[in-house]
Amino acid sequence: MTRFLANNGWTLGLAGLLAMLLVATKMIQPEFGVSGLDSLGRASLPFALATLGMAVVVIAGGIDLSFASMMAVCSVTAALLMEGASDGTSALVVLAVLALGAAMGAINGTLIVVTRVPDIVVTLAMLFVWQGTALLILNAPGGAAAPWLRSLIVGGVALPGVSPALTEWLPKSLVFLLACLCAIWLPIRRSKLGLMFYAIGSDASAAFRSGVPVGRTKIAAYAVTGLFAALGGLSVTMSTGIGEPIPGPYLLAAVAAVVLGGVVLGGGRGGLLGPILAVFVLRLVRMDLTLMSVDPNVTTIVEGSIMVVVVMLGGVLATRGRRT
Amino acid sequence: MIEPQETPVLDAKGVSKSFGAVLALRDASLRVRKGEIVALMGANGAGKSTFVKILTGVLRPDTGHVRIKGRDSQVGSPAEARRSGVVPVYQEPSLIPDLDVADNLRLGNTRAEPFRHWVAELGIPDLRMDDMIGRLPLATLRILDLARALAAEPDVLLLDEMTAALPTDLVERVLRVIRQQADAGRSVIYISHRFTEIAALCDNATVLRDGVTVGSVPIAPGIEERIVEMMLGADLSHTNAAPLSVKSRPSDLPRLRLRGIGAGPRLTDVSFDLHKGEVLGVVALEGQGQDELFDVLAGNLRATAGTVEIDGRPASFRHPADAIVAGLTFVPGNRSQALLMPRSVRENIALPLVAELRKWGIISKRDEDARVSAAIERLQIDTRAQGEVRRLSGGNQQKVTIARWVAKGVQTLLLFDPTRGIDIRTKRQIYTLVRDLANKGAAVLFYTSELAEVRLACDRAVVIFNGRVVAMVEAADADEPTLLRAAYGLTEKAPV
Amino acid sequence: MTVTDTPPRARIGRFMAANPLVPLILLLIALLGLLEAMNPGIINRLWLANAIKIAIPLAMLAACQTLTMLTGGIDLSAGTAATIAAYVTATLSPLIGVPAAVAVAVACAALIGLVNGFGVAICRVHPLIMTLGTGLIATGCLLVYQRFVISTGTHIPDFLVWLGTGRTVGLPNGLVLFIPFAVLLIWGQRRTGFGRLLYALGSNENAARLSGVRGWQVYLSLYSLSGIIAGITGLLYLGLVKTPSLSLALPLDLPSVAAAVVGGTSIFGGRGGYAGTIVGALILTVLTTMLTLLHMPEGARRILFGLIILAVTALYIRLTDRT
Repeated sequence: MTRFLANNGWTLGLAGLLAMLLVATKMIQPEFGVSGLDSLGRASLPFALATLGMAVVVIAGGIDLSFASMMAVCSVTAALLMEGASDGTSALVVLAVLALGAAMGAINGTLIVVTRVPDIVVTLAMLFVWQGTALLILNAPGGAAAPWLRSLIVGGVALPGVSPALTEWLPKSLVFLLACLCAIWLPIRRSKLGLMFYAIGSDASAAFRSGVPVGRTKIAAYAVTGLFAALGGLSVTMSTGIGEPIPGPYLLAAVAAVVLGGVVLGGGRGGLLGPILAVFVLRLVRMDLTLMSVDPNVTTIVEGSIMVVVVMLGGVLATRGRRT
Repeated sequence: MIEPQETPVLDAKGVSKSFGAVLALRDASLRVRKGEIVALMGANGAGKSTFVKILTGVLRPDTGHVRIKGRDSQVGSPAEARRSGVVPVYQEPSLIPDLDVADNLRLGNTRAEPFRHWVAELGIPDLRMDDMIGRLPLATLRILDLARALAAEPDVLLLDEMTAALPTDLVERVLRVIRQQADAGRSVIYISHRFTEIAALCDNATVLRDGVTVGSVPIAPGIEERIVEMMLGADLSHTNAAPLSVKSRPSDLPRLRLRGIGAGPRLTDVSFDLHKGEVLGVVALEGQGQDELFDVLAGNLRATAGTVEIDGRPASFRHPADAIVAGLTFVPGNRSQALLMPRSVRENIALPLVAELRKWGIISKRDEDARVSAAIERLQIDTRAQGEVRRLSGGNQQKVTIARWVAKGVQTLLLFDPTRGIDIRTKRQIYTLVRDLANKGAAVLFYTSELAEVRLACDRAVVIFNGRVVAMVEAADADEPTLLRAAYGLTEKAPV
Repeated sequence: MTVTDTPPRARIGRFMAANPLVPLILLLIALLGLLEAMNPGIINRLWLANAIKIAIPLAMLAACQTLTMLTGGIDLSAGTAATIAAYVTATLSPLIGVPAAVAVAVACAALIGLVNGFGVAICRVHPLIMTLGTGLIATGCLLVYQRFVISTGTHIPDFLVWLGTGRTVGLPNGLVLFIPFAVLLIWGQRRTGFGRLLYALGSNENAARLSGVRGWQVYLSLYSLSGIIAGITGLLYLGLVKTPSLSLALPLDLPSVAAAVVGGTSIFGGRGGYAGTIVGALILTVLTTMLTLLHMPEGARRILFGLIILAVTALYIRLTDRT
């Protein structure tokens, strides 16, 4: 039990912090309830997916600065292809966009492995490339999302035979997020591939000596990240109903949530639960500030400052860790 | 002698490997029969580690072949070497620090049952499969690495300094298990600096010198002398220069006084005095704590025990800049650690001159010119390729790292193996320079991996083994067999 | 020419390293030739003066990238710092007078740089992430600030308009600011202790440390200096564009990185210099003109610049790597 606490102390602390923030929200806004949770869930969804994607590649010892741009490419592709499409076609579109995301990620990874240019430089260059690609596909916000997709993340869960009063508290968007997590990350985490992600992030040369194909594993990690970028892009289109070619503020938010969630920049340590909790903590802080009718721009400043301080603390901790 | 019908389990012949212009291995060979324990020996820089990497598939040989069980092995990766039956335990643990024991086993496709058996056998009873590797002590990690290798049921087990970081009780268990392996018909390649273990464990010793296998001898009582001879070569004095060493008169107050310095797991307890005008040699086999010792003195690492006094005043350094202010200037062993490779000779030499905050302003061209060209002239640096230090030869690069401190002004110079891998002429120039600096009042600490250098360049030498001083040898007595025996801990003299 | 056994690739690499300006200037001339071929008669005195006028703010912002890149860093908040300096000057001038407004504006930009320096030097955050973060916060601050001054109106100081758009004997007045700036930088990077340390830290941080360099002092000063340069660039750009906006200099962010990289400054540090960056800025200006003539959309331009950064960096690794 103590061992469990020691290993998961950070995550539990985050969960506690999240609970406290929820209580605080209820105190600030007594009528905070079903609709509040729903809008929190929907607003958090793209951030949460971005964080998951970033967490995977950071665990594997990399970083993907092009993440928000890949989301934009996927968002506009989906919105453009779905405009006026039937349900069946739009389902195909979803699959195609997922493949597109994974392919973009794999391109990033391959470029890193082949050119031997550091991750951070390659993905910085690719940030511009994917950004330009999104603009070429759709020059201004537009397109449409299939209605059935939208209904996937709007409102609370309804189960036949169970009173809606019980299920409506659970936002569909949260269920969607957990479904993505279970469908993609759990199988990886349980397979050898997941171990190899941790291995190359933790100590690439020890991993090589243990027989891990370091280059191929890295490409795979970037592909998974690309897959999450596709989901993130889809979620933007799903919640706004249009495609958005200008990348949102997801990059820094994702890096901050990853660090706050206990994943060490540099790789090898942390899970995905912590980062998800961290996303909700950060989103809830923003929501509370808005509820307290703080100027939205001030909210942005506060949020940005929190993120930068988190990243700076993470940097200090990483330096400390190296010294001992 | 091998009987003709018996195929050796591992047979490496004529292996050579070069890195750029450096020929690390010229003609290495090794033959291991079934059930045999072979010690692979060689002095520092003989090519052991390169040979190990080739045998285990980390590097490919330029020429020669490695046959395993009679089949030509073209191992391209550690994983392939493992499949072919050669399983290594490297000096550096190859376990992933951020995964627990069970996950590491899964990663290396190791079955848990035999692994647990070997862990218990080797004497780690309280290991849990969900222990995080990064939180375990180094000794435990080495045991786990060995247990993982044993669980793979290897034909050839390659152990590189297996007992280096282990406490005595674990060493005994490890040696017993290795012996059992050999009795069960498996073969072992055993690399160690410890003669006592080799005498107790091994059947044969194969000796490398300068990248060539010079011979293989069966282990018998009194064989140590023969092996030391083979490691040194028949001609003990391969540098035919008269000793330059001049007896200096140490002043009363030492420039540098160390008492009980310890840092990290390797450096435990080192004490000595270094006087003005003296060149003090440091002799040690690889990994006996000398790296940490120099890092502590250079302000690059904090000592965890002991005191440093400079001219009688206690000193401690938080940053190399503090050490430099105190007059301790450090030339690291690895040139790529010390040089700004893409920058010019001039900028490299002048770097310490602008390091301090108050020197950030306009550079006085005249002063810099004078200092830099004086240093270049003093060390006779070949300036034909001075635009980029990376294009200089190794010897000239080494001279630049020393010239930096000559230009700044030398009080106490810490040289870490300054002549490794450079030509004989440059070596001589460095000896002369070091003597010259000492005659002008500098104190020099001179670690060398080449034992013959102690007589050529030093007044005395401290010998470090297992993190402590085991001998203090005057230059006159510092012949290579004496030093090597002391470095292997064979003759424990009371430290001075 | 003597026959050596050096492979041609290494020889080219050596030549490029020894004379980085020669191939760059050749490339610039070739691009100018191509432009003239695409649209005969386009290159004349007026066009040249105009191109230089546009290239000056780009080259100045690229100075931030060059200096930080020499140490292996980058400053992605430079565009934001420039924008803020411009906006603050334009809005405060009617209230507190031009000199005070300019002083406040440059101080704001310096503050952004100082925060970057703190994160990079003390907390050891990667410069890319750190400067991205401060850029975000600073943008938020600008939006808040904007709400307070929205009614006061703006005034663009005359001397900035003169600097930004004026011409004397056919040459843009911006050169009055730029030429001393460039000379100071090119001289300072070689002939001051601070300049030397930038190269030293970028070449081998550990070697610099062993030589007694305290890296944090350099990083803190460097990023503050970068902020100040960005602020001055913002002032100049304000005079050029003549309308303050909340995203004034942001479109210069990417080209400023590209200009430094094209100009031969290594993104890994230790190599390059400001002279190359100036030519790089001119090359990018000509390239942009060509893309405009070809009616290339904005997206294509970004892709091209991204690929240029990647290709030049990969090429650099290929040319210099010997192992």
